[in-house]
Amino acid sequence: MVESRLTRALLRLGAGFTLFFIYFPLIVIALYAFNGNVTQRWPIEDWSTKWFPVAFENQGVRDALKHSVMAGLGATAIALVLGTLASTAISRYRFFGREIVTFAVILPIALPGIVTGLALQATIKDVLGPFGVKFGLATIVIGHATFCVVVVYNNVLARLRRTSGSLDEASADLGADNWQTFRYVMFPQMRTALLAGGLLAFALSFDEIIVTIFTSGAIQTLPIWMYATLFRPTELPIVNVVALFVILVSIIPVYFAQKLAGDTGVAGSTAQAAPAATQEDATP
Amino acid sequence: MTSVSIAEPPPRPGPGRRLSTFFFRHPRVRLWTLLALPVLWLGVVYIGSLLVLLLSAFWTADPFTAKLVHEFTLDNFRRVIETPVYRDVAFRTIRMAALVTLACAVLAFPLAYYMARIASTRTRNLLVVAVLMPLWGSYLVKAYAWRTILSGEGAINWALGPFGVSFNGFSNTGLWLVFTYLWLPFMVLPIYAGLERIPQSLLEASSDLGGRSVRTFFRVTLPLVFPAVVAGSIFTFSLTLGDYIAPTLISSDQFIGTVIYREYGTALPFAAAYAMVPIVVIVAYLLVARKLKAFESL
Repeated sequence: MVESRLTRALLRLGAGFTLFFIYFPLIVIALYAFNGNVTQRWPIEDWSTKWFPVAFENQGVRDALKHSVMAGLGATAIALVLGTLASTAISRYRFFGREIVTFAVILPIALPGIVTGLALQATIKDVLGPFGVKFGLATIVIGHATFCVVVVYNNVLARLRRTSGSLDEASADLGADNWQTFRYVMFPQMRTALLAGGLLAFALSFDEIIVTIFTSGAIQTLPIWMYATLFRPTELPIVNVVALFVILVSIIPVYFAQKLAGDTGVAGSTAQAAPAATQEDATP
Repeated sequence: MTSVSIAEPPPRPGPGRRLSTFFFRHPRVRLWTLLALPVLWLGVVYIGSLLVLLLSAFWTADPFTAKLVHEFTLDNFRRVIETPVYRDVAFRTIRMAALVTLACAVLAFPLAYYMARIASTRTRNLLVVAVLMPLWGSYLVKAYAWRTILSGEGAINWALGPFGVSFNGFSNTGLWLVFTYLWLPFMVLPIYAGLERIPQSLLEASSDLGGRSVRTFFRVTLPLVFPAVVAGSIFTFSLTLGDYIAPTLISSDQFIGTVIYREYGTALPFAAAYAMVPIVVIVAYLLVARKLKAFESL
């Protein structure tokens, strides 16, 4: 051990402080969901669960939740297909333009969300608008799918790197056609990676707001409903309950995704977080 | 169940098999069959949209109808560069991004170091999940939680109350705190990965050669992990640069994101031109980061 006793004690203290900093606001907002008062004063004096049924009955919340789930499922489905195709091509082939493809997959997450959002909005309004395309659930799904692809791509790519292309060839030698090779050889190997990528893509889509505002038109997803409502003081208790719900929905998939993805895990796919794992391809 | 006589020719292969044979003989076709959909989506939907945005920065909007007038002009860029307010906003945002990056690095380092070098394997895995979960957790909920905490009647002022101090949370200091909070996990993970890659033997060699722990840290650990810090800073920096929700919730000042968000409804061409500011800054930042070998640490 290189670190002295004192250093280790200080590090433990610093790490503990940072961890506390990371969780403190989440805990506070979770507690506020049980605040019986309409005012958001701290400390909470009137503990109550009375806002839970109110939030559950709220039509705006219900519609928003429905839209969020639908957008999440749609975006995840598209991301799974595109991410699997792209990662298979990238991991199994060397070709001209390979770096450009990896770069294009990462770009939607590397550029600020406002740029992506504004670009999509300008295109939908001015280019597709004359053809009768309107803002709605479909445009939300298009926006979300664009930045969800990278999550699936990273998870599947990490998995394919650890498996060998020779298995696919062996399968073909034994007489399997392309579909059979995919179904019986490749798919079982990447099943958990797909599940992990899908869960993360859903979590990412479920609470996205920066791009969604630009592509949603009049439709409200749960984060947009929250953003529109949190400036109305009397409705804050409902917002608090929804906030607790959103935290749980977005955090639980991450826990399972981490379990599923194993060692390369979410940390690798945090290309959301860290265009990380993929950059080795993107940079010559 | 008919018995097949030996003389009979092999059955004609099914369509699946024939397709597979075709793909096997034409690997290029197979590759581009795989790539067609992703490339179409990202190339047409995404890159295409970015080009439309870039193009609209050269047009103008009718001040009354907000409809685009498709006439080439550089006025939007001129306005971005020459108007003092927009220059101030850009510099304020860049300064904020730099300060947030600094705070994130300072806070992330002890945790990352603890995870990589002190914690047991079990604790380490737990900590990785503990850092990851809030990273994916809702951005809006986190910003909203801080709005509640920072308010006059919130937890911070309650804690400061007995000391007779009050903190105006809805300020740029408060926003700095919130941004630091929001992007902190993006800094912890690369630094952790960077520290984990340093071989234990290097540190032992340094201490064998008489380097005390402080010296080892500054002469061996820090230079080796610096690219990872830069890698983390790419996120903290670029995410701050384009944000408009947190500034709206916490501060009353304008930032690049809030200006774009305010303008796009009525003056899309100007918003598009202003959006080129964060893009240019981020590209420049990425080029510097690349020089500092940060990409290998991503």
